[in-house]
Amino acid sequence: MSILLLVPILAPLTATALAALLGWRRLTASVTVFAALAVLVAGAMLALRVESGAHFGVGHLLRADSLSVTMLLVIGTVGTLATWASVGYIDDELHSGHTDRKSAHLYGVLLPLFLAAMALAVLANNIGVMWVAIEATTVATAFLVGHHRTRAALEATWKYVVICSVGIALAFLGTVLLYFASLHAGASSAHALDIDTLLNNAPQLDPDVTRLAAGLLLLGYGAKAGLVPFHTWLADAHSQAPAPVSALMSGVLLSVAFASLLRVKSVVDLTLGAGFLRTGLLVVGLLTLLIAASLLVVQTDFKRMLAYSSMENMGLVAIAAAAGTELAIAALLLHVLAHGIGKSLAFLASGQLQAAHNSTAISAVTGVLTRSRLIGVAFVVGLAVLIGLPPFAMFASELSISRALAGANLEWILGAALVLMTVAFSALVRNGSRMLLGQPAPDSPTIPLPGTVAAALITGIVLSVALGLSAGPLTQLFQSAATQLGASQ
Amino acid sequence: MMTQATYAGVLDLTVGAFLLAAVLIVWRRELSSIVHLLAWQGAALAAIPLAEGIYRGDAGPIVVGVVVLVLRAGALPVLLLQAVGTADTERRESTPLVNTTSSLLITAGLTILAYAVTRPIIALNPAPATRAVPAAFAVILIAVFVMVSRRRALSQAVGFLMLDNSITATAFLITGGVPLIVELGASLDVLFAVFVLGVLTSRMRRTFGGTDLDQLRELRD
Repeated sequence: MSILLLVPILAPLTATALAALLGWRRLTASVTVFAALAVLVAGAMLALRVESGAHFGVGHLLRADSLSVTMLLVIGTVGTLATWASVGYIDDELHSGHTDRKSAHLYGVLLPLFLAAMALAVLANNIGVMWVAIEATTVATAFLVGHHRTRAALEATWKYVVICSVGIALAFLGTVLLYFASLHAGASSAHALDIDTLLNNAPQLDPDVTRLAAGLLLLGYGAKAGLVPFHTWLADAHSQAPAPVSALMSGVLLSVAFASLLRVKSVVDLTLGAGFLRTGLLVVGLLTLLIAASLLVVQTDFKRMLAYSSMENMGLVAIAAAAGTELAIAALLLHVLAHGIGKSLAFLASGQLQAAHNSTAISAVTGVLTRSRLIGVAFVVGLAVLIGLPPFAMFASELSISRALAGANLEWILGAALVLMTVAFSALVRNGSRMLLGQPAPDSPTIPLPGTVAAALITGIVLSVALGLSAGPLTQLFQSAATQLGASQ
Repeated sequence: MMTQATYAGVLDLTVGAFLLAAVLIVWRRELSSIVHLLAWQGAALAAIPLAEGIYRGDAGPIVVGVVVLVLRAGALPVLLLQAVGTADTERRESTPLVNTTSSLLITAGLTILAYAVTRPIIALNPAPATRAVPAAFAVILIAVFVMVSRRRALSQAVGFLMLDNSITATAFLITGGVPLIVELGASLDVLFAVFVLGVLTSRMRRTFGGTDLDQLRELRD
């Protein structure tokens, strides 16, 4: 069991070590793809075993329950797509002179390190270690965001590191306060930050200190999840990063940070009741949705458009978490998985458009569907997933979240969220059709499509359709995660 | 060995020095003296676990104190000093967004706010160390203020480290420090984050010919 818990962390670390030694090669890039697949397989193998409850490994340091397994599946799936596409993406950049061997080497080292940090974040049983892992994702991704050494990329990297580090520092302060409360509730110093200890002692935690801690943790992990008020780094970083990195940051990192918040919520709700964090999440979620929808309307850059769509979805996820019922939490997890795959498709396709046009302006791109069938279809499917069209899975998850909100007497919130989502919907459709349809301009460049990017896109399309038709055994997993998180009926 | 009264006195002194360093950082404009003040603040931070270790006759906090001293009063400030540019315009903070007098007044206001915010913490455990926690919280707020009001890349990095010092100080004061594995992991993260900020600062100097953050205004909606 311990081995299975270690694989998702050690496999990517092995790939990092290999890439550090050998530089950017077919071999090291392929090992990274297999490491991402290993995360996925380990997650799948753990899925059945955790339904009865959490399993622990390496003493009490690691923990696998249905939430960790769900997140491992998201990391593994999007990780496989993104690392696979990276092979062709970076090779192409090397050929065209958009990057040099040194930058490619650094990319090869940092990408699997990023995966390992996310895997540790979802598997940690100690919320202090979880914090260390989340902050490590910031450090690992800093130079990935700055991979293209342009002025804009440098600006985005600086803002990203500074804003996220400050945000996440607040989460550390919250963790320290929770540790303080846990010690005073009688926990031993070695185990006071363990999730199982905290859950057991939650009713005895001092409510005033816990309230302070919960507020700081919401702000801190909210910063990494792209939630208001520390959201300003998101569009810059996600638009400047290389496409496969954008896919990982938008599709997985945001939800990994949010999963940490769900962990915290499961403890805090036992101490303070559900009301405190529900109010916080609703305010933060609605404001995030509002800002994302307004900026989507005026957007002229297609990568920033995708970034704001991620903010929109994280806002919705926060609102679903506020509802807090089993239906809402299970739907939220489906939403996160479907969003991860759909957003990867859209970002990977947009990366090739950017490479062709040397620009990310929506106005620069027309007629994609007639120019490259696969990129066009991938972009269409990605957008269709993101705006929640049936048969794709986000249609089902958004429907369930709506039902959950209505069931939790949050009709006003539901109404406001639906209005904002409609605004976002129309903006995405308008900009998407401008890029995809119509006659291509006569001097349109050919859109490059390296083999591995094509393979990742086809896989992503198949997965999106399959997940839309049936979530299959995953439904069971999401349900069990909701129950284990202590969601109300 | 120390008596409890001596321990409480030493604690007040170190925490006072810790807060004073933060106020002086708000006051000074010369980047190299700001970094030196930060190193002094790191030393004051290290004194908290050192004093506790000597008072209790426990080796654990002393080891932690020595590590903190090496890292926060040595390695990290040195890393930052390397990022201070050699050009004359690069050695000082540019005209600040908030002038010095207002900055100091805001600092005083933040300190009072810190006393209000920390009341539930002191109520839970009114020990001498916990009573000093408002000063550490004041530095948290001052650090955030420094980060939003300064315009040089390096000043923001200093603000970030000050924020980190003050959170670590809070942890030492209210819990005697987080578990070792968390402390080590967090220190490693901070070390790398400062390294990243240092590299970015020198890239910024190469690309923009300076480190004034006002130049970062290409990306906006």
